[in-house]
Amino acid sequence: MHGGSQFKRLMQFLAVALFLGVAGHVHAEYGINFPEPATPSARDIYQIHMRTMTIATVLLIIVFAIVSYSLYAHRKSRGFTPDQNFHRGWFGRWSWVLVPLLVLGVDMTIAGSAEEVLKRLWLVPKDKDMMEVKITGHQWWWEYEYLDQGVRVESRYVPQEKAGSLYLRDVDNPLVLPINTKIRFLNTSADVNHSFWVPQLGFKKDAIAGYITETWAVIDKEGTYRGQCAQLCGTWHARMPIVVQAVTPEKFTAWVGAQKTRMAAAEAEAASGKVWSKEDLLEKGRDLYNKNCSACHQLDGKGLPPAFPPLMAGGGFPAGENMTKPLQERGFFKDGKIVVGPVPKHLDIVLNGIAGTPMQPWNQLNDLEIAAIVTYERNAFNNNTGDVIQPADVAKARGATAPAKSD
Amino acid sequence: MNHATIAHAHEGGHHGVPHGWRRWLFSTNHKDIGTMYLVVSLIMLFLGGGMAMLIRAELFMPGIQLLQPDVYNNLVTNHALIMVFGAVMPAAAGMANWMIPLMIGAPDMALPRMNNMSFWFLVAAALMLVISMVVPFLPGGGTPVNTGWTLYPPLSVQVGMSMDFLIFTVHLLGISSILASINIIVTILNCRAPGMGLMDMPIFCWSWLVTAFLLIVILPPFAGAVTMLLFDRHFGTSFFNAAGGGDPQLFQHLFWFFGHPEVYVLLLPSMGILGHIIPTFARKPLFGYQSTVGAMLAVGTIGLAVWAHHQYTTGLSLAAVTYFMIGTIVISIPVGLLVFNYIATMWRGAMTFETPMLFAIGIILMFSFGGLTGVMLATIPGDIQYHDSYFVVAHFHYALIPGALLGLYAGVFYWLPKWTGNMYDERLGKIFFWMVIIGFNLTFFPQHFLGLAGMPRRIIDYNPMFTEFNMISSIGSFIFGAAHLVFLYVIVKTVRGGARAGDQVWEGAKGLEWTLPSPPPFHTFTTPPQIKLAQSEA
Repeated sequence: MHGGSQFKRLMQFLAVALFLGVAGHVHAEYGINFPEPATPSARDIYQIHMRTMTIATVLLIIVFAIVSYSLYAHRKSRGFTPDQNFHRGWFGRWSWVLVPLLVLGVDMTIAGSAEEVLKRLWLVPKDKDMMEVKITGHQWWWEYEYLDQGVRVESRYVPQEKAGSLYLRDVDNPLVLPINTKIRFLNTSADVNHSFWVPQLGFKKDAIAGYITETWAVIDKEGTYRGQCAQLCGTWHARMPIVVQAVTPEKFTAWVGAQKTRMAAAEAEAASGKVWSKEDLLEKGRDLYNKNCSACHQLDGKGLPPAFPPLMAGGGFPAGENMTKPLQERGFFKDGKIVVGPVPKHLDIVLNGIAGTPMQPWNQLNDLEIAAIVTYERNAFNNNTGDVIQPADVAKARGATAPAKSD
Repeated sequence: MNHATIAHAHEGGHHGVPHGWRRWLFSTNHKDIGTMYLVVSLIMLFLGGGMAMLIRAELFMPGIQLLQPDVYNNLVTNHALIMVFGAVMPAAAGMANWMIPLMIGAPDMALPRMNNMSFWFLVAAALMLVISMVVPFLPGGGTPVNTGWTLYPPLSVQVGMSMDFLIFTVHLLGISSILASINIIVTILNCRAPGMGLMDMPIFCWSWLVTAFLLIVILPPFAGAVTMLLFDRHFGTSFFNAAGGGDPQLFQHLFWFFGHPEVYVLLLPSMGILGHIIPTFARKPLFGYQSTVGAMLAVGTIGLAVWAHHQYTTGLSLAAVTYFMIGTIVISIPVGLLVFNYIATMWRGAMTFETPMLFAIGIILMFSFGGLTGVMLATIPGDIQYHDSYFVVAHFHYALIPGALLGLYAGVFYWLPKWTGNMYDERLGKIFFWMVIIGFNLTFFPQHFLGLAGMPRRIIDYNPMFTEFNMISSIGSFIFGAAHLVFLYVIVKTVRGGARAGDQVWEGAKGLEWTLPSPPPFHTFTTPPQIKLAQSEA
């Protein structure tokens, strides 16, 4: 029986060593080690990873070898007499110094090799001409603002039917970035903590509400790089993929131009003073609501109490006073139930959010979009108020409360 | 267990053994309370393990098959909390209760009534935890705790009332653990048999002394943090809300000031158990008693000052992360010394391979692996990639399952004959061991690859490219889970009967506990024993 367990132990040892060997040397194999790095930082990290893993593997093999030999040689069944004085010899007296020194040596090798790379990763260059991208995490989508170009992109996961084998790794609008350009990323969040992680770019940085964390990269290869939100951010944490599309600076400039044209057209349409029909507004509103609002307030408007109130009149909202009181003051909450309050307050909530609650300002949407959403919310979910809100009403409300957003 | 009959034969004396439910509810007897701790931890182990099975079943294939996302997140949260606070800590506390008085020749724990109170607070906490899991299913119950055991705000502010139940759970657990720790410290410092100095004390007592001090230092900040969370949720404060002048990161610092040393709280008692098992089955004294004690003290001390290595990606300054990286890597020195001493104890011994020893060897090998991936994680450039990926999940399960859980299993097999007076079934014990080893490695080894390939942790659904390793991992976990049915069967069988165990039980075992009958009478060492041989044999 002892012989049998001995053999199994040896096999287990071999299997682990083999596995580590595979992990160590067949690094091109997809799915076992890091995907191929696309930035100098990611390459530095990759090297440190391989170095520490090699050191760890060697140490592990030494430990396994010593234990295996001992298991073989120092067993009662082989008639080995225990050496009762082993711990009293010079080795026993001095090992408490020798072992820590040895471990310290290994530690210093590892820490020393990481130190310089760490500095390079951590200290974001202060060059004036660096491109800047602001990344905002939302429940559950990413918002990218190109601060120098004045372009804003919303990036959401693509459902399984459309994404196919790229399910949970594909988005509707990728983060397009130029190669060979120093880019500074400023991460923040509109609600809970998120974390922006694209393994091939070699960084992960948390996005924290009210704070900005910064990191940087120079991408040196064209390509599509995929990642995911790495910080648990609630219900649909799994549905926050990140796709970075690295293109040549020329293609990037062309892309920026196209985005600007798209945004200007939308802006012009919103500001055209055109009076929209209720049907058109409802149709636009449904799309926009489903995209922007339904993650929290749900497709059926029933909300997710206590953090996210229903929008359906008559819906119960069991929540703390910090949530119900602001709604009551604005005329949206009465006797424990949600009611449809006055239009100006509705616009105010959507444009400016409610401080101290998860409701954030949505003033980055244009007048037409907000008019459509509010019209939809006041008529869908059996609210049926019949109200129609025009972009001009939104422009007025915007002017009354906060400066108009121009981008 | 047949304490009652034996107590009369021995020194039951003027206060006999109480009968019926009063014996357990009002118990002030360290052996009975120890048994109750162990029973509760076994129940919680199956609860937390069942959750792990559900998680792995959901992750067997891509797509969402069994669970709602928030229910999944709640299982992730409660699996961790139950395993840490419900299974490992109470089991270690149960063994401390049983064994420390026997090892140091004390008649009981120093504060028996407080001992009773700390146990029943634990039961109250467990019930509160169950309530927190049930309320979301009731009308108006709100969302379940979907934050992970780290409870980070602002997400934990969005959660429904189950969060409030969880906060009170943490308070109760904190009180329970602090009371138990005070009791253990007082017992160890005041109740040792005459002639037993601190440096003659069995190593398990040392491991618990360090653990108890750690618990008293780390639990109050955690209780404070969740109280601040409670205030943010209900009383309009903004401790963790940037819009109100607070900082979400403050919570992370407070949590990890508790959370990181907590790892050593889980680890040290099991390491202490190994310090008994390896000398017993190698038939020679522990190698480097003094340096083992020193290493435990060093782990506890340095462990208190390295918490922010869990927060490398949150935007800490270069100076801060450099300090935390070096501090964390330095922990490998005392931990390495511990592992070294245990290997050196095996070296040139005369080993036999009963179940406790098999576990001890498995622990040394697998824990070394978990420790080495720990050094990889401590190295920041690498951590930026590993952080919050499955690599981390693999790492801490490699550290905590061998380092904490399997150490307790080894302890169960080592002491079960002493507790019950019956030998366990050695063949079943070995079957359990091999099922655990195969199941565990199959579950967690492939998760390293998943993490490196880019799979984040705590996601209910994943891209098809992660399928193969997830399937292997799930199959491994089912073997690991099934092994525990064998475990339960062995325990029940041993408690009900079996070959009689003598006082000594194991040929090579040393210490006062082995001078007592198996099972020991209800009251032991009512007159302190004479210590003839110093344990350390320095």
